[in-house]
Amino acid sequence: MKTRCGATMLIAGAVLALVLESGCSTLPQAGPGPVEPPLRRYEDLVKPGTHNMLDVKDSVEGFNRGSYRFNYYFDEYLYRPVVRGYEIIVPNYLEDRVSSAIDNLNEITNLTNNLFQFKFKAAGVTLGRFLINSTVGVAGLWDPATTWGLERKTQDFGLTLGHYGTGDGSYLMLPVLGASNVRDTGGFAADTATFVYAGPIAWANSSTFTTAYTGVNAVDRRHRIPFRYRQTGSPFEYELLRTLYTMKRDYDVQQGKGKGKD
Amino acid sequence: MMRYMAITLLLWFLCLTPLAAAAPPPYFYPFVNPYEATVMELPKEFEVSLPKKVPLREFVVRPFPKRDIPEVFWYEKGLDCSLAYQDHKAPLVFLVAGSGSRYDVPRMQKLQKALYQAGFHVLSITSPTHMDFVVNASSGLPGIAEDDAKDLYRVMDLAWQEVRGDIAVSDFLLAGYSLGAFDAAFVAKLDEEQRHFNFKRVLLLNPPVSLYDSVQALDRLLVDNIPGGMDNFDAWFHDIFTETMHITESWEPGGLSGESMYRTYKRLQPSEANLAALIGLTSRMNAADMIFTADVMNGGGYIVPKNVRLISTTSLTRYAIVAYKTRFIDYFDQWLYPHYQKHSPGLTRQALLARQDLHYLDQYLKGSKKFGLIHNEDDVILVPGNIGYLKEIFGDRARIYPSGGHMGNMFHPSVVSSMVELLSGKEVAQ
Repeated sequence: MKTRCGATMLIAGAVLALVLESGCSTLPQAGPGPVEPPLRRYEDLVKPGTHNMLDVKDSVEGFNRGSYRFNYYFDEYLYRPVVRGYEIIVPNYLEDRVSSAIDNLNEITNLTNNLFQFKFKAAGVTLGRFLINSTVGVAGLWDPATTWGLERKTQDFGLTLGHYGTGDGSYLMLPVLGASNVRDTGGFAADTATFVYAGPIAWANSSTFTTAYTGVNAVDRRHRIPFRYRQTGSPFEYELLRTLYTMKRDYDVQQGKGKGKD
Repeated sequence: MMRYMAITLLLWFLCLTPLAAAAPPPYFYPFVNPYEATVMELPKEFEVSLPKKVPLREFVVRPFPKRDIPEVFWYEKGLDCSLAYQDHKAPLVFLVAGSGSRYDVPRMQKLQKALYQAGFHVLSITSPTHMDFVVNASSGLPGIAEDDAKDLYRVMDLAWQEVRGDIAVSDFLLAGYSLGAFDAAFVAKLDEEQRHFNFKRVLLLNPPVSLYDSVQALDRLLVDNIPGGMDNFDAWFHDIFTETMHITESWEPGGLSGESMYRTYKRLQPSEANLAALIGLTSRMNAADMIFTADVMNGGGYIVPKNVRLISTTSLTRYAIVAYKTRFIDYFDQWLYPHYQKHSPGLTRQALLARQDLHYLDQYLKGSKKFGLIHNEDDVILVPGNIGYLKEIFGDRARIYPSGGHMGNMFHPSVVSSMVELLSGKEVAQ
């Protein structure tokens, strides 16, 4: 029961600590002795005006890097141990059922965002999926809709904003939640609000359900992502993640546009 | 009909019998193209079967406990190693990872399991070119085999101290793949003088002959295969990314490391040029990681300004861009060689390069019966003449396979049984 409250407190505390600690400083600090330019200089190797894919707009980089560091510790010492416990206790088959049920509840996000983008066919498919999986699939524990040819039409409000030409803004590394950007963070907030005030949480209108859902969702979410911080073994992991995230979201937005209004 | 079936069955048995009697199955490898062989994992049906889990102990060694690790490497807390242990007395294999690889990359885990399954204790060690090693265990600039071997030897000593109370060891053995095999040859030589382990056997899997030739060959794979040259790298990568997303939708955030990039990419029907470029890119990225780390650990001056203190919130993007534009050869010519020359003024570039070559150990390798070698004729890190040289040096202790690229066939059953034979010395009895 304490999961949600505890997690919220932890996130709030973490954000505060990060802001206080990092001070958003990204400038290198001088060590002992005079600073000398290096032998291989950026200015000599990069023609002015050329864009490098590692160059992603990152206005609060100091904060983001602090957040990235926090996430490493959070993930290593709290989040993943909890998820590992879940994986040990719960059989794989049941884990998949949990994932499936959560996906089913999240169809509300897919539905609203497909509608926002006037993708009526996709919205229809999403609605069909939700009805089939909630009934035949027993509250979404199984996903017969996919076997019947109704593929999931994943959407979120970040993609909807992107669809209407909103730029991604600056990169953001969110505490606990991980890589994002200004647009997607706004989108995430909107989707969460929809889910809470007009979606499954509002329908159920039960604090027990809300608490259970929040906890299980958090565990399931991590359970499904194989990513581990520091897995690349590169000193530039932050840069690599940032570029990859940006390219992936850009790709998703372009894909959405390419498919038109189906 | 019955007669036809009987004849078929008879023929079937006749064909099968000699096969079943001969111990190693004939070598068949599905990828003839060396780039494909290098990148693609062996299909499951061709691969040796390995245990899902082995008894494992992970631990940390700190060769320089008083070392002040710069805050930019806040995640570095000593050098991790892992030991797969038998519950009875057995030989202990020290296993050295290839260029830029940690002790626990998928290839190392699989090798560890394969050798554990064959009855060895296996102690896996990170490559001296991986950033974890450079931060925690390098005594100076990484990249010169003889000095890297000293650093490796120190790590092995500490690792052995850590586990010696828990396992019963009959003999010490040494193995490595790719650059790790090259390192192993130099470690074995060092062990002849220091005699801490007195390695009974040393197994080299797909080593380069000349490090210089190999890194150049690898870098050319990248530079020569980007349409329009390196200035078009971003556009090329973007295309690859888009193409891959279409098929897999599974670019994980950790996906830009070498091994997982392969795994993502192998689901495509990729062009030979793209495969080659990807192999080259992995090698370039590994070098960049090492060069930047070495620079910071040695006080800067190459990519990072001297006397600048990098902390956990410092932006590294510009350094990353420069590092990825730096080849190992640039590092060698501009920093490593001048650095060594400072300590021994008479040292020529040629002489330092000669030390980066198995020829440097010619006499030792030829005279010592403890070495075994496994290699592939079509390995992309070799240059013409290398295979002939290796055959001449290792003679009947060399197993050269006709295809397999750079370690693509490592988990082929006949390659694994060669490994085990060469390590346990059974081939001598044949």
